[in-house]
Amino acid sequence: MDAVPPHMRPERSFQGLILTLQRYWADYGCVILQPYDMEVGAGTFHPATTLRALGPRRWNAAYVQPSRRPKDGRYGENPNRLQHYYQFQVILKPSPPDIQDLYLKSLAAIGVDSALHDIRFVEDDWESPTLGAWGLGWECWCDGMEVSQFTYFQQVAGVECAPVAGELTYGLERLAMYVQGVDRVYDLNFNGRDGAERVSYGDVFLQAEKEYSRHNFEYADTAMLFEQFKMAEQACRKYLEAGWQKNPKDGKREAHLMALPAYDQCIKASHVFNLLDARGVISVTERQSYILRVRELAKACGEAWVHTEAGRAAADGPL
Amino acid sequence: MPDLLLELFSEEIPARMQAKAADDLRRMVTDRLVAEGLVYEGAKAFATPRRLALTVHGIPARQRDLKEERKGPKIGAPDAAVQGFLKATGLASLDEAKIQRDPKKGDFYIALIEKPGHATLDVLADILPVMVRTFPWPKSMRWGERSARPGALQWVRPLHAITATFGLETEEPDVVKFTIDGIEAGQTTYGHRFMAPGAMRVRRFEDYEAKLLDSKVVLDRERRKDVILAEAKTLAQAQNFELVEDPVLLDEVAGLVEWPVALMGSFDKEFLSIPDEVIRATIRNNQKCFVVSDPKAGKLTNKFILTANIEASDGGKAIVAGNERVIRARLSDAKFFYETDLKTKLEDRLPKFEQIVFHEKLGTQGERIARIERLAAEIAPLVGADVQKTKRAAHLAKADLLTEVVGEFPELQGLMGKYYALAQGEDASVAAASEEHYKPQGPADRVPTDPVSVAVALADKIDTLVGFWAIDEKPTGSKDPYALRRGALGVIRLITENALRLSLLKIASSAIEGMLETGTKQALVDTHKIPADLLLFFADRLKVQLREQGARHDLVDAVFALGDQDDLLMVVRRVEALGKFLDTDDGKNLLAGTKRASNILSIEEKKDKRSFDGVPDAALYGLGEEKALAKAIDLAKTEAGSAVADEDFATAMSALAKLRPAVDAFFDKVKVNDDDAKVRENRLKLLNEIRSATRAVADFSKIQD
Repeated sequence: MDAVPPHMRPERSFQGLILTLQRYWADYGCVILQPYDMEVGAGTFHPATTLRALGPRRWNAAYVQPSRRPKDGRYGENPNRLQHYYQFQVILKPSPPDIQDLYLKSLAAIGVDSALHDIRFVEDDWESPTLGAWGLGWECWCDGMEVSQFTYFQQVAGVECAPVAGELTYGLERLAMYVQGVDRVYDLNFNGRDGAERVSYGDVFLQAEKEYSRHNFEYADTAMLFEQFKMAEQACRKYLEAGWQKNPKDGKREAHLMALPAYDQCIKASHVFNLLDARGVISVTERQSYILRVRELAKACGEAWVHTEAGRAAADGPL
Repeated sequence: MPDLLLELFSEEIPARMQAKAADDLRRMVTDRLVAEGLVYEGAKAFATPRRLALTVHGIPARQRDLKEERKGPKIGAPDAAVQGFLKATGLASLDEAKIQRDPKKGDFYIALIEKPGHATLDVLADILPVMVRTFPWPKSMRWGERSARPGALQWVRPLHAITATFGLETEEPDVVKFTIDGIEAGQTTYGHRFMAPGAMRVRRFEDYEAKLLDSKVVLDRERRKDVILAEAKTLAQAQNFELVEDPVLLDEVAGLVEWPVALMGSFDKEFLSIPDEVIRATIRNNQKCFVVSDPKAGKLTNKFILTANIEASDGGKAIVAGNERVIRARLSDAKFFYETDLKTKLEDRLPKFEQIVFHEKLGTQGERIARIERLAAEIAPLVGADVQKTKRAAHLAKADLLTEVVGEFPELQGLMGKYYALAQGEDASVAAASEEHYKPQGPADRVPTDPVSVAVALADKIDTLVGFWAIDEKPTGSKDPYALRRGALGVIRLITENALRLSLLKIASSAIEGMLETGTKQALVDTHKIPADLLLFFADRLKVQLREQGARHDLVDAVFALGDQDDLLMVVRRVEALGKFLDTDDGKNLLAGTKRASNILSIEEKKDKRSFDGVPDAALYGLGEEKALAKAIDLAKTEAGSAVADEDFATAMSALAKLRPAVDAFFDKVKVNDDDAKVRENRLKLLNEIRSATRAVADFSKIQD
């Protein structure tokens, strides 16, 4: 750690914290991916998690994922809530036996000393109704603050995970607020510099929080969004149908050639639904049916993915 | 005799599952041992966040050998029978069988089968893996490489190690040899995750428990609870404060730590402007910390107590500081919610209820509130409540369901309504009804006494009962998703404990009218039948309640059998008086006499296929005892009747008691089935009069002896 220059230290730099985590998981052997280039509600939606969690192949990856929760916007006025924030996502398949220790060491790498802090694994059964996914695990607490979610995926997109992947999700802003000792997210030091060179989280994101809150709650074009939802749903189904390679003799589905583009449309539908929900134009009963429609898409994409070249067992062995 | 030590070491087990898991572990292993003929002396199971442990002591080292004789076919029986016998008994040939002489039926073969007992160590090696594989976790999971294979082990969270030893105190114990999905049972366990993570070798329970303690693990949950409670109390008292005890939270917290360390933190005094209950819910539900009260002020103080899982190297400063920050953020959210709520008047929230469905067949919450308002206004004069206040109370009672604080903490429903009502200047009774109308929630809960609260509470519960009756969603067996039994019991307690005079049938009919007007337009059952059917349900609930209080529930039947008994207070009073009366000799004898009369009547009624109703003809009385009985009955009827009209059931009972000598004398001296048919009929009519006289208070035939 001594070699790290002050502006890169996790306890004073938001980007330093991210880079430290990336470094740590890169050293473990993860592929370090970049954020998925679509709007998603959580790092789990990235195909590197949702789809790669399926099928028999080994897969270790880590990445930052900007996550959008339109409903959580607070016009920049709440010290903790954001409609856009960062998650750091680690997916390890199969889950290694020492995954808890790996996680604790990653906390140590960003300066959370387990001899000084009270780190706890508190029950949290994870379920994503829109992804047709569930798993068991914990919220990870540091001195009473939830800093990560830890899940052993049992089922994703309606497909049983075999083998099971372990998913770690770090709430980066919260974690940074903790290690930097800051009570308001906008006060986070983003670049680790002082004085005139210092850039805060607020400098980067406050304007966006205000604008998007306005957009999400007041102005998002609902007629367009309803239309977009339908279009995404139709496109997803269309690509899925087109992607299936069938046996010419019995018409049985054998392989899939277009799971990823189809899944993009599923992600899109999900985000559009979140926007409509934030605008308050979806009633309680309708809400359930929208969730169900997205889930059906996710399940069909999962089914397609495990029939792709990359999603199924390699020709020369299971892993 | 030898002892078993078993430990299943895993990743963190949810706190709420630990106690039952320890119980299940003990039950499953000891049941199997007993089924294998291994009777043990004692067993105790333990759970921490990371381990389930079991000690069973005094298990025999071996099963007993079993000898069994099995009867075979007769000598010279067909070959098929012989082969079947050999196969079933495992004998190689008939030479190994004995011959049993039987001069009557013929000689036959007997097989002597000896089953040698197995070493307990081997039995354990068979039963423990089965126990692990079939353990009843509420939810279990797969993990790691092996999760891809069929039949992969499932556990609540990944299972890492199994310790299983068996042996005598004086000797090095044996390891119970088994492997489950790659985990081999052994003698190695691990200490506290952070303070003593190293592996250690354990032999048997005594050194296991001691070594764990050295490695910062308190195995026994009760001990962990004692530590937390004692430390928390000490911390509070040191500052002249008091810990607000919370057994449910204590249970949960004890399941989150292996090495409990209580620490005290504080928060800004400005948050004390939030109601105590909101502070407590915030700190307890979200942070699993205890709150502290100031006995001088009689309310919470700005302190909280957390339970850490480590002895931190700085004495806990960083842990306290971290928790304080989280609690500060949580409380400022709560304060924001509370203050936001105060900005909107309760009645201004009501229009939103028009959009919220209460039950798809029972309309919206808005319709339901209107129904409750209507019914409460009708009940109000009957319970001495001001009608206008009652209407206002019912109008506002549910409004807090749409507040931010109740959205965050549903358990504060009602209470917040009271605070918000008071804050907007509502009458104290109107405000109180927001909280009180949900009461009583169960048999131990307080029953409201303010007439306004009572009227709204009754209207709320009766509307619910009538509604679910109308759509035929009555409770069945163990299924009672809408807690209708609890609701009915609430009505019973509200009425009886407040000594209210109400006709349930009338109120139920009125509730149905309201429902047909405002709520559902599609009642599924014949609504005319609902009040009477509901009354039967109340009778059942009343019986259950009286049984739980140790009273005789058959007396409830005896009173309800009179018909039209929908005034629960009078039912209970009758039952009480009847119970006392039946404890006296007069009561017992009158019951016996009445039953005798009823028995004779029912036999003769069957014989003649007719009833013997009607007034007996005085001219036909031949004997003095008949006349005396007739006179006594007249007197008793008049006296009991007027006492019942005065609702003085004790006097009614004493009036009936006076019947006893005349009834006794009648049965002593008079032959009912006289040869003269007219006399016989007249005497039977007289018997019928005894029965009808006693019906002034109850149907004696329903009373068990």
